[in-house]
Amino acid sequence: MGLSLSSLFNKLFGKKNIRILMVGLDAAGKTTILYKLKLGEIVTTIPTIGFNVESVEYKNISFTVWDVGGQDKIRPLWRHYFQNTQGLIFVVDSNDRERVAEAKDELSKMLQEDDLREALLLVFANKQDLPNAMSCADITDALGLQNMRNKKWYIQGATATAGTGLYEGLDWLSNELGK
Amino acid sequence: MLSLKRDKKEEEEGGGNPFYNLEKSAVLQEARTLNDTPIDPRKCGHILTKLLYIINQGENIGQNEATKAFFAMTKLFQSNDPILRRLVYLGIKEMSKIAQDVIIVTSCLMKDMKGKEEFRGPAIRALCSVTDSTMLQSIQRYMDEAIMDKGPAVASAALVSALHLGKGSHEVVKRWVDAANAVATSENPMVEFHALCLLYHVLKNDKIALFKLVSKSRKFRSPYSYCLQIRIAAKLIEREDAGSNSELFDFIESCLRHKSEMVIYEAAQAIVQLKNTTAKDLAPAVSVLQLFCSSPKPTLRFAAVRTLNKVAIKHPAAVTACNLDLENLITDVNRSIATLAITTLLKTGNESSVDRLMKQISSFMSEISDEFKIVVVQGIRSLCSKFPRKHNVLMTFLAQMLRDEGGFDYKKEIVECIISTIEENPEAKEAGLAHLCEFIEDCEHTVLATKILHLLGREGPRTPTPSKYIRFIYNRVILENAAVRAAAVSAIAKFGAHCEDLMESCIVLLERCQLDSDDEVRDRATFYVNVLKQNQKPLSSAYILNGLQVSVVGLERALHQYTLEPTETEFDMKSVPLATQPLAEQKVRDVPGESASVKPSQDKVAASRQDVYQEQLAQVPELANLGTLFKSSRPLEVTESETEYYIQCVKHTFSNYIVFQFDCTNTLNDQLLENVTVDMEPAEGFEVSKSIPCVNLPYNKPGSTYTLVRLPSEPTQVTGTFACTLKFLVKDCDPQTGEPDDEGYDDEYVLEDVEVTVADHVQRVMKPNFAASWEEVGPENELEDTYSLSTMNTLEEAIKNIIQYIGLQPCERSDKVPEGKSSHTLYLAGVFRGGHDALVRAKLALDSSGVTMQLTVRSTDPNVSEVLATAVA
Repeated sequence: MGLSLSSLFNKLFGKKNIRILMVGLDAAGKTTILYKLKLGEIVTTIPTIGFNVESVEYKNISFTVWDVGGQDKIRPLWRHYFQNTQGLIFVVDSNDRERVAEAKDELSKMLQEDDLREALLLVFANKQDLPNAMSCADITDALGLQNMRNKKWYIQGATATAGTGLYEGLDWLSNELGK
Repeated sequence: MLSLKRDKKEEEEGGGNPFYNLEKSAVLQEARTLNDTPIDPRKCGHILTKLLYIINQGENIGQNEATKAFFAMTKLFQSNDPILRRLVYLGIKEMSKIAQDVIIVTSCLMKDMKGKEEFRGPAIRALCSVTDSTMLQSIQRYMDEAIMDKGPAVASAALVSALHLGKGSHEVVKRWVDAANAVATSENPMVEFHALCLLYHVLKNDKIALFKLVSKSRKFRSPYSYCLQIRIAAKLIEREDAGSNSELFDFIESCLRHKSEMVIYEAAQAIVQLKNTTAKDLAPAVSVLQLFCSSPKPTLRFAAVRTLNKVAIKHPAAVTACNLDLENLITDVNRSIATLAITTLLKTGNESSVDRLMKQISSFMSEISDEFKIVVVQGIRSLCSKFPRKHNVLMTFLAQMLRDEGGFDYKKEIVECIISTIEENPEAKEAGLAHLCEFIEDCEHTVLATKILHLLGREGPRTPTPSKYIRFIYNRVILENAAVRAAAVSAIAKFGAHCEDLMESCIVLLERCQLDSDDEVRDRATFYVNVLKQNQKPLSSAYILNGLQVSVVGLERALHQYTLEPTETEFDMKSVPLATQPLAEQKVRDVPGESASVKPSQDKVAASRQDVYQEQLAQVPELANLGTLFKSSRPLEVTESETEYYIQCVKHTFSNYIVFQFDCTNTLNDQLLENVTVDMEPAEGFEVSKSIPCVNLPYNKPGSTYTLVRLPSEPTQVTGTFACTLKFLVKDCDPQTGEPDDEGYDDEYVLEDVEVTVADHVQRVMKPNFAASWEEVGPENELEDTYSLSTMNTLEEAIKNIIQYIGLQPCERSDKVPEGKSSHTLYLAGVFRGGHDALVRAKLALDSSGVTMQLTVRSTDPNVSEVLATAVA
């Protein structure tokens, strides 16, 4: 009883809940992004063995962000977290030109999954502050985003350490999901 | 009335347990909803509880299902509900062993172990349960920090988890030695204790360090630490054989005066369990336990009386001092304490107190559970053998217990107790048999009924009035199920075969059984009637009184072989290996006090040691066609156990050959041995015909080499001594990888001599009725001689030696000399290699110059008689 009332209350006035899955190759900066969004500060991170989950409040929307580690041995476990995902954030290290092809493979493999068919795709081209970073356009090409049909996607350049670009990404997500 | 019934039914089924009858599949199905968002902590908590419940009930969950449920559970990390989070930790710990990819929670747990105070300890425990050796490196630093954490709950959790991680390997736990050392002096008693546990685990192979750990004269805060220290000290004493003079013993004794009861008990318990203690050493410990007997705390009383009970097995005299206190405990409200008190008294009591004790026991027998009743029966069993004169009182008591309600195990224990008493004490035989007869009149356990019928068949005919048992037995034929009827038929036949005057009547009874509805019963009856009607003693003796003497497994194999190869010749019973006498039986008799722990293993037809060897030898192509294995000796060490190569020899006797099997173990980790053989210098008449090498013998992997020796053609020449040398090719190798060098060199190693004795050529066979068998073989090949065994001082010693030399089976319990007798007759029976029956009668007389023996040998073969007659000389 109490539960149904509160969920009703949430619908009318309260926050909307959005479930986000954030993945990407190792050392792309996922955990840094998560805690920058959550705490507003930079935390020292170690390679994530497993996942971190935090809820981030932004514009009266509660984003539940699942940040799953990107190491080789963890990647096969991403699939356990696909279900009910509304937004997929794919984080790319813009500076890591050598592995952008590997990132493309992982992304396209993932997008074939049924569970993610409805999910929006937000790509964070992270580490834009580095001198040798690829531009958003380069990465769009490299990931083959243009060729994706039936998929709503958006690429956003970002620098997690400075916090630039992150909220712009969330804005796009909340707008799209609010439609 | 109806509702009352239903209530009762419900009570039996569920007992108010809401989780009773949970379906595994339903719970796993429900676990999927853990994936749903948003999370409802109460509902999820309930689902997790169910999941934990079914796991704890021992439900077997498949890896895939478990992994699914596990990952669903990981979704709950998004909720910060404290109760739910703790349930998740429990779930992780339970499922970490059955699910795959459990490392997925590592990151979350590492965050929690640095997070909220209330989560830290549990998070560490859960983390260690999902960490495997490859991941250790990444959590090492965090564990170090956690061990040294100022929160005691965190430090304890980390220490205990480190211990669990280290269970598999010593290397792992060594990592935390420094941290543990740092907190071993912690203010918190629990942390101090856990640090000590970890240190002990690391140091347990380092004797000197352990000494330091124990003898450090420092004050601990936790009584647990003292208990652990006492245990370590006791272990060291055992390992060093230090005895009561050592410093360590003084330490343990000083703990008897500690202020904590737990420490005092631990110290007392440690002292009484030490091996080489004298009455003086035990006294302070026993007096402490005695004090505990009158403690108001039931746990202390229980602990004390249980320990005293154990002491009483080894040192009954030491416990006698407590008899008064123990007698007070008989009326204890706690029945477990009372039972232990009684059984302890049974062990320590003297002959005069038996009557009083039995009276006290009978007053509360109906109030205790079957388990404790069994303990009481075992106590009575040892009393029976200790005070044979009291058999009347004890038997009556046992009979009373047989009449009362009780489960199968309890009844079985009583029956076994009565049977062993009958076997040990001839005076108790008639009374015991009468009680058992009465019991089978109303016995619902087929196993017990058949067992008793078998016993009646064996013992009954030799009582003064055999006829009175027949009525009891024949009643079974009329009233019972087929298995019991068949056993009864066999028993009647034995009466007929043994007692001539009863034969006519027995035949009449058996003829009636030929109309039975069951095949087995009819078959047996027909067989016995026909044998009995022949009226020939040897025939009856062979087919009725003496049972099947071959190994059942062996017979099965031989018959199978026979059916595979159609031949004209008849099946030869002599080609079947004989059943080896189970040695457990003798052990049981030796230690009446501990008879309960050594359960006779002959209950089922297991493949004996010899059958296993037979299989093994058949695998070696060169040895496959030697015929049937006649006998395998026990393994004999031909090297010291701590030398470079550890070698045991087993002698396998076949009809014309002996195979020496050398089981070798190479204990040098920098050597690989190849082409290992044993070179044997044959004794006169023997001839080494083949040796089968062990191709390679790496470090610590046992291998076998065989040497085949042809027996001398002269049938009376059977013994000899063989000098043995181990020959092999050594290749040095890397101790780590085991990678050998290419080049090797020949080497040899001298072994101890191996002897072939008469005992290797005979197999023990139990003849339940020696006299009948003696007549059956007849005086044809009889040999008789008189020896003076001047080196023997007692009859027991002489008997032991004779049995060892001749290697035959003592029959009719003639290996036990009644007390105070100066003369005795020993009956031995067996089969000589080649299937010749061999019987020996040794009349022994003790006089001032030693033991004089008149040895009479009968056999179906003259040579065998000669061999056996000379065996002792």
